[in-house]
Amino acid sequence: MSETSETGSEQPIIIAKDVHKWYGHFHALKGINMQVHKGEVIVIFGPSGSGKSTFIRTINRLEEHQRGQIIVDGIELTHDVRNIEKIRMETGMVFQQFNLFPHLTVMQNITLAPIWVRKWKKQKAEELAMQLLERVGIPEQAGKFPGQLSGGQQQRVAIARALAMQPKIMLFDEPTSALDPEMIKEVLDVMIELARSGMTMLVVTHEMGFARAVANRMFFFDDGQLVESGTPQEIFKSPKEDRTKLFLSQILTH
Amino acid sequence: MAALSRPTLPPPTERFTLLGWLQKNLFNSWYNALLSVLTVVFIYWIIRGLLVWATSVAEWQVVAANLRLFLVGQYPVDELWRVWICLYVLAFISGASYGLWSRGVGAFGIALLAGPLFLSALPFTLNLRLLMIGIAVTGFFGWLLAMRLPALFRTPVTWSWVLYMVFVILMVRGFTPAGGFLPVVPSNLWGGLLLTFLLTVIGIVFSFPIGVALALGRRSNLPIMRYSSIAFIELVRGVPLITVLFMAQLMLPLFLPAGVTIDRVLRAMVGITLFSAAYLAENVRGGLQSIPKGQEEAALALGLNGFQRMALIILPQALRAIIPILVGQFIALFKDTTLVAIVGLFDLLGIAKTVLAQPEFIGRQAEVLAFVSLLYFMFSYVISYISRRIEVAQGVGER
Ligand SMILES: Nc1ncnc2c1ncn2[C@@H]1O[C@H](COP(=O)(O)OP(=O)(O)OP(=O)(O)O)[C@@H](O)[C@H]1O
Ligand SMILES: [Mg+2]
Repeated sequence: MSETSETGSEQPIIIAKDVHKWYGHFHALKGINMQVHKGEVIVIFGPSGSGKSTFIRTINRLEEHQRGQIIVDGIELTHDVRNIEKIRMETGMVFQQFNLFPHLTVMQNITLAPIWVRKWKKQKAEELAMQLLERVGIPEQAGKFPGQLSGGQQQRVAIARALAMQPKIMLFDEPTSALDPEMIKEVLDVMIELARSGMTMLVVTHEMGFARAVANRMFFFDDGQLVESGTPQEIFKSPKEDRTKLFLSQILTH
Repeated sequence: MAALSRPTLPPPTERFTLLGWLQKNLFNSWYNALLSVLTVVFIYWIIRGLLVWATSVAEWQVVAANLRLFLVGQYPVDELWRVWICLYVLAFISGASYGLWSRGVGAFGIALLAGPLFLSALPFTLNLRLLMIGIAVTGFFGWLLAMRLPALFRTPVTWSWVLYMVFVILMVRGFTPAGGFLPVVPSNLWGGLLLTFLLTVIGIVFSFPIGVALALGRRSNLPIMRYSSIAFIELVRGVPLITVLFMAQLMLPLFLPAGVTIDRVLRAMVGITLFSAAYLAENVRGGLQSIPKGQEEAALALGLNGFQRMALIILPQALRAIIPILVGQFIALFKDTTLVAIVGLFDLLGIAKTVLAQPEFIGRQAEVLAFVSLLYFMFSYVISYISRRIEVAQGVGER
């Protein structure tokens, strides 16, 4: 898209330099290098076990990287707890399994972090929460518990919960993989709207329609490596790497 | 028309007939029939025996004459009004809770109301009977009031139960010197059902935070915290309660600075509390383990700090998951407090022993034990009934 050239001159909002991660002896990330600019929408795809989840979870330190550098919004991720907290305040995350808090209502799920982390007044937090629920299309569910909602509705609440912290970056780890087919669209619509509003997004997904519609760039992961990156046009029309071609041919024929 | 559009039909209902019911449930095969007959004969035999004993053989004089001892031990008569106040507040909160949660009249509510009314019909002094009627009226009033309140009031009423436990301790013990508003009643005067209750309530109130702290300590990353928690839990769980009680009686004074003495009741309370805390810690740990990892991750991703994650997300869910286990543990504690009789305290069972030692009531063991058992059963049953209701209420809509 056209924004890439404009934002190209600015300092990238996410920088990963030679990031490595081991689980015991297993080498899960083998030197990832990439940069994301403000407002960019990045789709990460690749075979199962290739390290996609591991990588986006290192960005808000749900997983610790053991070598290399990750810099988010000018702050480097180290063992310094204050830096980690700062970065977590600036990044929202949406999980495959929603991970809503089942003992709290939808409203309480959304206002919890603004009240306790941002120290907002309850009333202010609730006003924002209502706006967000309108935005994701379920204002009437505010008083319900997560267990009373459909999967698609739960995932939209999870998006609203992440947005309530007014993050600069949103991370999505396969947000539609646990959903029944008829609910995938309602979640993708919300994500597309969010992408068009200028949010910086890293999305692990195999929804290629979503990638075509809003992705600025796509990253192909395989075997712990970032094998290929490019615009959706480049990736779909003329992938350079054989591994990318093979993987695309597998998922696109289905 | 009916052939085209199929109307939704109500499920078929069988007409109830006594004969039909009997055949279906009791006599549907020859061995079930035999079993049914044998059981009925057996139950009849036991109940008849009990009734005959209770009405014509037993001499309940021993219970009637010592009723105050059974209920409050040596608690000073002049200060008994405090216990009554506790009972009145209890009646009010119970009535209010019943109104808020059950939203109507049920057999259980009627039974709660019938209890004091039944007692007021017994041949006690007029004052006592009026006080009993007062309790029933207070409970009814609480129920009436709560029926009009929205469900919003459930949270404050839940908290009022916690406060109530503290309130009871303060009222019964008192906190001013002699001659003041609430003079201290030394705990060696507490006895009977009152002492049993206080041992249980104090055991619950204090073992709860200690148990939760131990469970968290066991998960801690700090080795000292972790190993001392494990050592305490395993040590206490590895010995019988009676040894903990003896240890508390004999060893607690050794740990105190010279000149500080604590009385036997307090020592027993410490023993019970520590014992209960160790078991509670293991139950809480089970609850903590049952919470999926995603909950912690979601809380981390939102930027909540360690304390907030535990207090707002993990612990509330963990405790909710183990409510039935906790209630079971507290009922067990209620009954286990009888062991303090062995270290010489006058709880319900301890009082029973002294009553049986009175020369005029020699040989009345059966009556006394029946009465004491009935009291234990009634309270245990009420607690477990309430816990089942809580489980049902928790299960609806929140998972
Ligand atoms: N906690 C862990 N301990 C050990 N190994 C792990 C752990 N988490 C992930 N792995 C391994 O790391 C590799 C990368 O996992 P990751 O979850 O990042 O893959 P993924 O690309 O997200 O796959 P999927 O599409 O299945 O979600 C896998 O081989 C996985 O088995
Ligand atoms: Mg994954």
